[in-house]
Amino acid sequence: MFALLQKLGHFIITFFQRLGRGHVFLLQVFASCGSLLVRPGLLVKQMYSVGVQTLIIVVVAGLFVGMVLALQSYYALVDFGAEDSVGVMVALSLVRELGPVVTALLFAGRAGSALTAEIGLMKATEQLSGMEMMAVNPLQRVIAPRFLAGVISMPMLGIIFCAVGIIGAYFVAVILLGLDYGSFWSQAQAKVDLYHDIYNGILKSFVFGVIASWIAVFEGYDCIPTSEGLGQATTRTVVHSSLAVLFLDFVLTAIMFSK
Amino acid sequence: MNTRKVEITVGLFAAGAIAAFFMLAMSVSNMSSYNDDKGYVVSADFDNIGGLKVRSRVSASGVVVGRVTDIEYNSNSYEAVVKMKIDSKYNKFPTDTAASVLTSGLLGEQYIGLDPGAEDQYLKQGDTIELTQSAIVLEQIIGQFLYGKSSDDKKTK
Amino acid sequence: MSNNSGSDILVTITDLSFSRGEHKIFDGLTMEIPRKGITAIMGPSGTGKTTLLKLIGGQLTPDAGLIEVDGLNVHQLSSVELFKLRKRMGMLFQSGALLTDLTVFENVAYPLREHTRLSQPMIHELVLMKLNAVGLRGAAQLMPAELSGGMARRVAMARAIALDPMMIMYDEPFTGQDPISMGVLVRLIGELNSALDVCSIVVSHDVPETLSIADYIYLISDGKVVDKGTPEAMSKSQSAWTRQFIEALPDGPVPFHYPAPPLMDDLYQMKGLE
Repeated sequence: MFALLQKLGHFIITFFQRLGRGHVFLLQVFASCGSLLVRPGLLVKQMYSVGVQTLIIVVVAGLFVGMVLALQSYYALVDFGAEDSVGVMVALSLVRELGPVVTALLFAGRAGSALTAEIGLMKATEQLSGMEMMAVNPLQRVIAPRFLAGVISMPMLGIIFCAVGIIGAYFVAVILLGLDYGSFWSQAQAKVDLYHDIYNGILKSFVFGVIASWIAVFEGYDCIPTSEGLGQATTRTVVHSSLAVLFLDFVLTAIMFSK
Repeated sequence: MNTRKVEITVGLFAAGAIAAFFMLAMSVSNMSSYNDDKGYVVSADFDNIGGLKVRSRVSASGVVVGRVTDIEYNSNSYEAVVKMKIDSKYNKFPTDTAASVLTSGLLGEQYIGLDPGAEDQYLKQGDTIELTQSAIVLEQIIGQFLYGKSSDDKKTK
Repeated sequence: MSNNSGSDILVTITDLSFSRGEHKIFDGLTMEIPRKGITAIMGPSGTGKTTLLKLIGGQLTPDAGLIEVDGLNVHQLSSVELFKLRKRMGMLFQSGALLTDLTVFENVAYPLREHTRLSQPMIHELVLMKLNAVGLRGAAQLMPAELSGGMARRVAMARAIALDPMMIMYDEPFTGQDPISMGVLVRLIGELNSALDVCSIVVSHDVPETLSIADYIYLISDGKVVDKGTPEAMSKSQSAWTRQFIEALPDGPVPFHYPAPPLMDDLYQMKGLE
């Protein structure tokens, strides 16, 4: 009985300790981002490994998600003679929800886990310690560029995902199923609002970018530098960022699209 | 050099994102107004256009001949002003052509149907179609139906 | 380089206590490390020798006690001052701690690029000189992954001396090396120390190698200094600790058995469980 209580207490205490450490860490990272102005090259390099290398999977996933969405909405809508709405249905689902969310989940799996593993390994091989002893702040040189690259790349990946998804939907709806191309676009144009839908979608992507990159770099920086600890940290990155993204998506949707 | 390659791909990535954004903004959202140079614009006033939208079809005998380009509300005449661009190869619509807002299927999208008249003059750029028939609003039809059926003249407006 | 070199002592450690969780690593450790020459800190594995270097470098904070480097209290410095102090310290990690995404050349150039505004040709020249000093000028364009452990340590040495520090700390430089690279490292540490005329702190448990180059030796165990002296004095020391450590006896003050109840009790208990 007491053992159980103790376990619960231990869990809660370590949870809040980690949460606290994570927030302090985030502030430090924000403070370190300024130093990137002096060394933009570091950011570009990380944009490549974080953004560009995630691009392929995002494009392929976007294409198929768009195609499947078009196919499924067609089957559902054709019974009501409303198959012309396929365009708007796909566009809205992608721009508002699936674009930001699926991109963030793919990002967590592809780039987030890689970031955690890389930083964790740098910690395990004393590279971070070594930098500190060379009077170089690893937060500025290692963490901040990776974090910022994630934050910037995510909205870009999100937009590309949406655009490719809509192209995929267009291919299925107009070219394969023979819907009218005009109503495909016109319905979308009539219902999708630049500010309310697209900007909010990008804002969502941005928030997810902050969360997913934060979790990824923190897990790497905070991991126990053993092979086991590193494996656990990588898993935690994927699980925690996926859960955080889904939860935040609900919160953001409730705030943004409540009217 | 390797740095060069990295920088170029990151540049391409950014360009792709910007292009994607413009694609979303211009052709998916309501930012753009669909403009195709070939064609002439005529307008028509309707009491009620129902669910007609910019870029809805304009068809004659079921053939798409143009697109709705602009919808406005005229607060003087209390009517909707619909501008539509008709493809220049269909330039022989008589001036007494009738335009009506129709629905494809029971719940489908709405479009404008053109019914050619018998005049010798043809519609040209800037003309107005005089004969119009508004969209059929389901609630009104049901209302009329109930009104006509009911024996007592209860007024439900 | 510092100017307040009035004393011959560079690092003063007074009454240092440090613990990890329940486990006490240092308990009232006191030592003085001179400004010149090689000081070796020896002791059995797990006595926190690496921790001591991290405490000196300001990466860890002690529970109690004082560490002064060149007259500065390491743990009361602001982070800017601490970084300034660290520029004058070189540290060689056990693994080398080379940045794996940079070439050997770039690794050695890293502290120069970070902390100086030297021109490219100047950096190029300096880096090649440092690499030449450790005999790896030819490996300049290799990646750290292509190096053997001993070579990685030599590159790390070149990097540690890149900024011409006042002290170099070596963390277990001989561990896990074949006899040849061990010999190379021993010779390099000695040569660098006399060439640069700096303070070298070598943390190690490899007795013959360390005895051959050190000017002064501290032997620590159980969080305290148990013996100290020059290599000659240590070889003749009557202390049981020193005898066990230097002659590699399996049992002595450092027991062969991890603390446990008597064997018969354990065996008996196992029977009881059946």
